[in-house]
Amino acid sequence: MLPEALKDVAAAAALEQRDSAAIVDGHRDRDEPTLFIAPGKIVDVCRFFREMEFNRISSITGVDWYPADPRFEVVYHLHSTSRNERIRLKVRVREQEPEVESVTSVWRGANWYEREVFDMFGIRFRNHPDLRRILMPIDWEGHPLRKDYPVHGHKYTYQNE
Amino acid sequence: MQELIEHTESMPAPAALEGGTGTPRRMVLNMGPQHPSTHGVLRVIIELDGETVVKATPDIGFLHTGIEKECEVKTWQQTVTLTDRVDYLANLSNNLVYSLAVEKLIGDIEIPARAQWMRVMLVEFQRIASHLVWLGTHALDLGAMSVFFYCFREREEILKIFEQFSGQRMMTSYIRPGGLALEPPRGWDRMVARFIRSFPEKVDEYEELLDQNPIWKRRTVGVGPIALEDMLDLGITGPMVRAAGLPLDVRKTEPYSSYDKFDFKVATRTGNDVYSRYQVRMEEMRQSARIIVQALEGMPEGAWQANAPKIVLPDREKMKTQMEALIYHFKIVTEGYRVPAGEVYQAIESPRGEIAYYIVSNGTSRPYRVFMRTPSFGNLQGLPKMIEGTLIADTIATMGSQDFVLGDVDR
Repeated sequence: MLPEALKDVAAAAALEQRDSAAIVDGHRDRDEPTLFIAPGKIVDVCRFFREMEFNRISSITGVDWYPADPRFEVVYHLHSTSRNERIRLKVRVREQEPEVESVTSVWRGANWYEREVFDMFGIRFRNHPDLRRILMPIDWEGHPLRKDYPVHGHKYTYQNE
Repeated sequence: MQELIEHTESMPAPAALEGGTGTPRRMVLNMGPQHPSTHGVLRVIIELDGETVVKATPDIGFLHTGIEKECEVKTWQQTVTLTDRVDYLANLSNNLVYSLAVEKLIGDIEIPARAQWMRVMLVEFQRIASHLVWLGTHALDLGAMSVFFYCFREREEILKIFEQFSGQRMMTSYIRPGGLALEPPRGWDRMVARFIRSFPEKVDEYEELLDQNPIWKRRTVGVGPIALEDMLDLGITGPMVRAAGLPLDVRKTEPYSSYDKFDFKVATRTGNDVYSRYQVRMEEMRQSARIIVQALEGMPEGAWQANAPKIVLPDREKMKTQMEALIYHFKIVTEGYRVPAGEVYQAIESPRGEIAYYIVSNGTSRPYRVFMRTPSFGNLQGLPKMIEGTLIADTIATMGSQDFVLGDVDR
């Protein structure tokens, strides 16, 4: 359901018309519209927004709300250069099955951002063409931006000989 | 390394060794992480057929320092110093985008006009400085040595101005939530005027060296094209998009920090090659100089910090006489100020393109999540598309025209 505060966002209203079940929730914060999208529908919704002239994916990132459940949010920032408009989409992801459908088929630019989210939060993207770590070494263990990952400290301890 | 070996072994054997049955002769070139033309630690695994690039795979992360993670344990004002280190050629731009985002989160804070204009002036200086480094190193890559010295001569002057303002040449941390860190130094206007009045002539000088230079033109004209739709699809922003004819500039489309009060043009070209990108950046330097002149002439008087004692550190003199100021100072330094819960996505135009910070606050004195959408990351993603199918020598020119900073890519 589209909340009252977002009725004047044309793209969101059009999405509500087309598939109201896709919108779980939404709000407007500091004049920035946010839509929560049902996890299974993110690719459909993104494709729809792409048709609505949101021709750029500005970024994809994650937020870890540990210890809440669902624990993660995947955050998509869409940008339309022709309408000069931005919108934020969010998908809530549970810790037990950290998986979202990849939107690389909609914008190729999503590729590296999804890899980064995978690297930093351990959220897997289904049907991603090349889901590897991007910033951390390939044999790294753990996902650094998770809240239960320590800021300092290292697995190995070094001693003076 | 293991990955590279496996990759090499899985490729067909060279045709010459098998009696020339038509199998293409492929070779893997491991460019970087310590290659001079990558200007940082970038590794590109390039698969070559003769001199033609067949496949390119950028491998990044060598400069990853976990800045986003570290932001989560610093207070709001400590985080400013980390933003300097993201894009080390556009420190003030990063300071500005962070400050704007935090101010947007705080909500009821009004930045005085003088501070806003100072911010504009300084980030335009930053744009010039960054473009000068780009021009110098890009020309050096393509064999024009002397341009480098000219560019660094002027950049040095800009860094001196930054030093006068903030005490630091590069890691300025000068723009902070609530205004500026320090009062602009005495005589700043003379210093700025001296530099900026003569700067357009300097740009002429660079153009004289390169514009009609036959070697420069052979290396750049028609090199590195990529369709505009592909650029937008892949996340490329900044001068590259403008060199393909689209006037996409956050300063115009979503004006921030009173950019709407300045008269400037968005530089565009339609050539969509390395040469056009060079022209766009040269034009941007002239436009930045215009903005700085306007800022210099119309600089509003008044406060350079917001009247927000809970956020802005108090004046030293007040601390000696007023109990209130001392208390606020103690609170800000020990505990930090609290920022109302919520989230913002603030974008500005850095020298390299759209830089955006996504900041989530949970109402405490530390950011809950800071995500940096850096232009170099998005731009570099388009590199394979740009160089696949071109000659290896053009790779250097194309990479140079991207103007990425590896600190900005890896964070």
